Amino acid sequence: MAHYIMKRLFTLMITVAGIAVVTFFLSLVVPLDPLAAIAGPQSPPETVERLRKLYGFDQPTYVQFGRYVERLAEGDLGMSFQTNRPVLDDILNFFPATLELATIALIFSVVFGMILGILSAVYKDSLLDHFSRIISLIGVSMPVFWLGLLLLLVFYFQLGWLPEPGRLDIMLIEPPRITGVLLIDSVIAGDWEVFWDALWHAFLPAVVLGLFGLAGIARIARSSMLDVLSQEYIKTARIKGLSEYLVITRHALRNALVPTVTMIGLTYGSLLEGAVLTETIFSWPGLGRYLTTAFLTLDLNAIVGGTMLVAILYSVVNLLVDLLYAYLNPKITLAQHDA
Amino acid sequence: MAAGTPNTTPLLSVRDLIVRFYTLRGVVHALEGVSFDVGREQSIGLVGETGCGKSITARSVLRLIDPPGRIDGGSIAFQGRDLIQLPETEMRAIRGADISMIMQEPKMSLNPVMRIGDQVAETLLIHDKSLNRRTARAQALDMLASVSIPDPKRLARRYPHELSGGMAQRIMIAMMLVTRPKLLIADEPTSALDVTIQAQIIELMNALIDDIQSSVLMISHDLGVVAETCDRVIVMYAGQVAEAGDVETVMSDPQHPYTAALLKTLPDQVDADEPLYSIKGNVPSLLTPPTGCRFAPRCEHAMARCHNERPRAIPLTADHQVACFLHDAAPEPAAEPAAVPA
Repeated sequence: MAHYIMKRLFTLMITVAGIAVVTFFLSLVVPLDPLAAIAGPQSPPETVERLRKLYGFDQPTYVQFGRYVERLAEGDLGMSFQTNRPVLDDILNFFPATLELATIALIFSVVFGMILGILSAVYKDSLLDHFSRIISLIGVSMPVFWLGLLLLLVFYFQLGWLPEPGRLDIMLIEPPRITGVLLIDSVIAGDWEVFWDALWHAFLPAVVLGLFGLAGIARIARSSMLDVLSQEYIKTARIKGLSEYLVITRHALRNALVPTVTMIGLTYGSLLEGAVLTETIFSWPGLGRYLTTAFLTLDLNAIVGGTMLVAILYSVVNLLVDLLYAYLNPKITLAQHDA
Repeated sequence: MAAGTPNTTPLLSVRDLIVRFYTLRGVVHALEGVSFDVGREQSIGLVGETGCGKSITARSVLRLIDPPGRIDGGSIAFQGRDLIQLPETEMRAIRGADISMIMQEPKMSLNPVMRIGDQVAETLLIHDKSLNRRTARAQALDMLASVSIPDPKRLARRYPHELSGGMAQRIMIAMMLVTRPKLLIADEPTSALDVTIQAQIIELMNALIDDIQSSVLMISHDLGVVAETCDRVIVMYAGQVAEAGDVETVMSDPQHPYTAALLKTLPDQVDADEPLYSIKGNVPSLLTPPTGCRFAPRCEHAMARCHNERPRAIPLTADHQVACFLHDAAPEPAAEPAAVPA
């Protein structure tokens, strides 16, 4: 087990190195001049050239690449052009808000996706099944930015049921920053008012962000549950005299979870992507918004840093999924992966 | 094998059972008026070709027919109670406790993500709420030992994919007999196993059945297995009972043309130089079954009335019934050649 995890972490490092290289070369082929962007549209060409020298962009590509690798090896992601602070500090500053939002969204999509998928398999072709399939269809096909704006318009502007965009009511004071995750920090500070308000503010963006994942999970859960329910061992369980409830919870569920867990891993990746749009719509001060600005201003160091963070997260989630897999399915032993 | 049945009321008494499947392509008349008895401590063989309704008959007894199938008529009296009329909760109390079933594919019939010991113990725990986990486990281990499993303790912690087919079927037998049911339905229990271990499994099953004094309804397309292990045999064709009786009588002196034809197909009955015998024609579609005797289109002795009227079971002796007009009180003279393309 430990050996397996070590091995996976090693391959993770190779992945990250590969991504660093790819991102570097991608930044070279961008048909725009980042320095012109930094200097501003009205700057004279001399200013741009001075900046080019300052940042070392006048050097040949291999020299630039050498410096880039050198920096990364030291754990230095460089300075962000937009904030004038180290990219690493920026990431540590903005990431907790995204982690918070994505985690709430993930919980939302897993819990409701599983419930919806399982119920529509058990009550196949019922009204509930059709309803859940419509939800899935909407979730998969509705663009996040459109859905986000629509729900914001209805539930905040028109009905006023849900709070304004942002992480917290402007009248409330944030608790001292410890983890950066507001829900955790408020609990540590014992400030329940902030806790509930933060959760309330996270509700709509999390639903918008999680709906895509929910749809995918519901579809996979439904089809794998239907598959499991037609298996012989389900008949065995019924012959043994189990109630339909026990047949499903004790015998079918865990078998149906195996394919669903893969989907959950993939969902987490799409949550990080979706965060870019959702955070912009809901004024959520997270990494997604930071990266959006970075893309728009060609803040190269921030883009590279953000891309690498997402890649690392993705790999770590995949590792966790594989570990969960081995736990759920006794046929999979991690030793087989080693072979 | 217990020979006699001193008790007068049979353990299981199926009468005029009708099962239909309401599919998109039409109504499949899977069982049409099936009747038979299973006595106490008796072992009954249910034989017939694939698709003749053997398994559906068995599943009806447990009331576990998958939709779109439905029991549309008849009665299934088990110890005097009609199972068809029972509420689902009472039916559940009977499943696994009084009537159990072993299936054809042992490896696929075990839950792949549950330890074997837990699966065996579960049958006990479901039916006896007063039982605690530890006692159930201990009883499960005893049961595993009695199906000749070496080192039951170690095996109980294993998962089904680590087992061979024969081992898995032993587990199934243990799982289904641990509650000492009064009736065991065995649906082709050895068909999926290697020939070399088939006999072992049958022997083991029969020994246990004798031990706990239950009855067996053994479904098989293998007449040899039935001849060796059963007291009585029921021959089914296309959802109807063709002939029923004592195994020796039916096998040595079959009275229904279908039974006779079926016996002729057995390789060991045939001269080695002769080609294997096969019954002409095909099993009829149960979407539009023949109106009269369902075997009539393939029968060498079919008469005009066979195509129009359905034969009722005619008792030849107290223990031998045949559903064929050849045995009707007023038999028609010469059998016209059947109007069937060969």
